Amino acid sequence: MKNSEDKIMLGHGSGGQLMHQLIEEVFIRHFDNPILKEQTDAAILTTGSEQIAFTTDSFVIDPLFFPGGNIGKLSVCGTVNDLAVSGAEPLYLSVSMIIEEGFPIKDLETIVSSLAAEAKNAGVLIVTGDTKVVNKGKCDKLFINTAGIGRIKKENLPISKALNILPGDVIIINGTIGDHGMAVMNARESFNFKTTVESDCASLNHLIRNLLDNSTVKFMRDPTRGGVASVLNELVQKIKLGIEIEEAALPIDRGVKAMCEVLGFDPLHIANEGKVLIVASETEGLKILEQLKTHELGKNSAIIGRVVSDFPGKVVLKNETGGRRIIDTLSGDQLPRIC
Amino acid sequence: MKFVDEYRKKDLILSIAEKLKAISTKELVLMEVCGGHTMAIHRFGLHSLLPSNIHLISGPGCPVCVSGQHFIDTAMAYSKLPGVIITTYGDLIRVPGSYTSLEKERANGSDIRIVYSVLESLEIAKNNPDKKVVFLGIGFETTAPATAAAILQAKKENIPNFFVLSAHKVMPPVMKALVEEGVKIDGFIAPGHVSAITGTAIFDELASVCGLGVVVSGFEPVDMMQAILMLVIQIESGKQRVEVQYQRVVHPEGNKTAQRMMEEVFELRDDQWRGLGMIPKSGLKIREELKAFDAAIQFNVEVPASTEPKGCICGQILRGLKTPIDCPLFGKKCTPSNPVGACMVSGEGTCATYYKYRV
Repeated sequence: MKNSEDKIMLGHGSGGQLMHQLIEEVFIRHFDNPILKEQTDAAILTTGSEQIAFTTDSFVIDPLFFPGGNIGKLSVCGTVNDLAVSGAEPLYLSVSMIIEEGFPIKDLETIVSSLAAEAKNAGVLIVTGDTKVVNKGKCDKLFINTAGIGRIKKENLPISKALNILPGDVIIINGTIGDHGMAVMNARESFNFKTTVESDCASLNHLIRNLLDNSTVKFMRDPTRGGVASVLNELVQKIKLGIEIEEAALPIDRGVKAMCEVLGFDPLHIANEGKVLIVASETEGLKILEQLKTHELGKNSAIIGRVVSDFPGKVVLKNETGGRRIIDTLSGDQLPRIC
Repeated sequence: MKFVDEYRKKDLILSIAEKLKAISTKELVLMEVCGGHTMAIHRFGLHSLLPSNIHLISGPGCPVCVSGQHFIDTAMAYSKLPGVIITTYGDLIRVPGSYTSLEKERANGSDIRIVYSVLESLEIAKNNPDKKVVFLGIGFETTAPATAAAILQAKKENIPNFFVLSAHKVMPPVMKALVEEGVKIDGFIAPGHVSAITGTAIFDELASVCGLGVVVSGFEPVDMMQAILMLVIQIESGKQRVEVQYQRVVHPEGNKTAQRMMEEVFELRDDQWRGLGMIPKSGLKIREELKAFDAAIQFNVEVPASTEPKGCICGQILRGLKTPIDCPLFGKKCTPSNPVGACMVSGEGTCATYYKYRV
């Protein structure tokens, strides 16, 4: 980092530019190795003739219970999805708990039973874990870390590498954007919006396996922290092409749209926990769209944009009147407007 | 979405654009004063729909951008006092002061909390009677009434640990100052939500004495295109006056209750505008009778002399004399993740808007 006085700020964890800077300048610099350098959602490891995918994720969400889920369900979905979007079939999970002294065992049990139910639903086994308790005030109620291992077939290896992406390829998403972030925000802050917005928190591995068995996917990623904007910006940096998103094509829940309007947020920056962005050729894309729509978690799927040769390295949103604007990654905390 | 979709209708926007092309003959410079307008223009790509003889320039209407550096430095000094909780709207959190920012001080251990309403700040004061809660009062006639309401409420409920550091400002003096300084402006796209509070009489002098067109506009693309059309019609026909496009929100009289509350709590003072300097009677000071709530009086801190960042041309940008593209720091040393000047920090700042929206 720039100087020895610098400290970690909340923005360093927001999934935007500050976090990327921290990863590059601190973590990668010290841990440097070719597998890590790929910076994919899951590391791809070779054991003998087989490839496995390995990933980890920590969950510090506040509040622990929110419309559409709780931290337990979320910590399974998050790790399962990181494996699934890498093209792997998730198999085994570890679960580590850091619990604050005084935390109600009843709540812990509710959370653990959700964890178990979601693992069953996703078809993964929780095979190892760890428990730590810290003094009251030394962590906020409960933090969970999960790690996961999955098997990955040879033909699916290129998916996380974003190879062979060409102008004209389509960008698909399996439903409405921004639901998770806005549901959590509404549960946490004192806005009191009367809305039915729920987190989209869901394990996507079955939906994705179905796609991989029947069509050719060039790239997949789950747009969690930092939202769709963050994933697409990372992608354009990698492929040295541009992406043009059609504003009118973006599936957005009415409640999410209204909350974003009021608070000055861009739904493209809001976190999702049950969404996958897919890049495919146009012909395959149309097939994928049809398949997605037959699945409960893909009913509202849509083609939201295209890879273009104009403006390489940039994600651009085209609005209905033909105006264009850049969709950047967030530079810090999401800030509301004040006048 | 109701009250939004109908103001974003493509056909309507394009038909106004056609009309503009048909009737506009003169080279015109129109200033959108409000940061919200600057954002809307770029967000909806309205520039590209206007004839090339109509030039839009951005004015000093982003409250974060024009708050003097001394205000930020003072807030920072308060945050270091023991037992103080600073409450602020989110936009201020990353504004660079002369030495540090609230975001960095929060990481250093100061208790700095983002609120969405000043009334939340009042709640924090009630819930923490052993702490002193300071609200950073920022914004124009839009947010000032809410701050006034909170101070009156604190007085009524006898809450002794709630304080406001006021950097509230009013709009008309700065608009007049720009014209008097000789910035070439033919008409103002006047701020919609300021006018909802103040009414429209505050702009009369600009039209009658300075001969400028003034149209109070809403914030959706149809609103703004219509406001521009109204200005062009005024100026082309030589009948400059104050008109309201944003009629669904702005009443010519304004909001009397809000005006009364502002009047009861604040008095005008000469105030420092970042990049623009001292402007007479442009700031709002908490009245003597309510000094118990005035952080500037109740807290005694040493604030070192403020320094403006080198090479930053925020001042000229706020006057509409230059655009961010003219600044050597723009997009290089100064980006939203590492802002040098205030115009890059707030989502409504001209530099941040350019950075974000200019393809």
